[in-house]
Amino acid sequence: MFIVGVVLGIYKFLPDFLIENDFSKYSLYALMFFVGIGIGADSNALSVIRKTKIKIILVPLCVILGSLFGAAVISYFISEISLTEAMAVAAGFGYYSLSSIFITEISGETLGVIALLSNISREIITLLATPFFVKYFGKLGGIVSGGATSMDTCLPIISESTGKEWAIIAVFSGVVLTIIVPFLVPFILTFI
Amino acid sequence: MLPVLLLMTLGFVLGYVLRNKNKFIQFSNKATTLIIYALLFLLGIGVGLNKTIVSNMTTIGLQAILITFGAVLGSLIFAYITYKLFFIQKNEK
Repeated sequence: MFIVGVVLGIYKFLPDFLIENDFSKYSLYALMFFVGIGIGADSNALSVIRKTKIKIILVPLCVILGSLFGAAVISYFISEISLTEAMAVAAGFGYYSLSSIFITEISGETLGVIALLSNISREIITLLATPFFVKYFGKLGGIVSGGATSMDTCLPIISESTGKEWAIIAVFSGVVLTIIVPFLVPFILTFI
Repeated sequence: MLPVLLLMTLGFVLGYVLRNKNKFIQFSNKATTLIIYALLFLLGIGVGLNKTIVSNMTTIGLQAILITFGAVLGSLIFAYITYKLFFIQKNEK
């Protein structure tokens, strides 16, 4: 969909009302409403959190601190991107659709595209390199690399290279991060 | 961003109250997917219309991948430490 939009935009093959009006803001409002319903209704999301042992919480915490810290270091080397912007992009944790839409709305299209590409590549890197990560960084490697995608798209590869007993941790970490993304991204861009 | 957080909280409460109404939840999930597609489409249009972005695509892509490397490597380092400190004993007993 994104690529179709890009092509149509480049060739201006569009009705005028679509170019002149900004529908994305209201769509975003509607989206957040439905995402909220989804989280509230997901018995899985709530029960996983209730049953948690303290230790499991460390896994998504590693992803949050590690991603933000890593992006902060990288931003030092990229002159066009500020510390805040790099951290907001990394705070998508692979959840590219939602994070890029938020970032577009707050910081504009350029950073939105960076967020989209960055978070898609996080998913791709995880799919390709999980066996390597698990070998050199321990059993949590694939789970933390996948971020929010550890609960769905990256779960099969994680479960295969780490073992089935780690799948529940992967799902837990993915669920927590997925819930956090829509709060953390605007928070970073607004307050930091 | 305040309206967004308010709407999400409202949705969360509504979703929790109606969590057993399967039809409603299915509709909500479908709506979420559709709106995400629509928004990505609109973002695509915006990007296509934006000459600065189109002509700087290589730079932008490179920056995106650099941020990803930082984020993934940072996560892996934290995970490695956590794994060594907290997870190994549990699985070796």
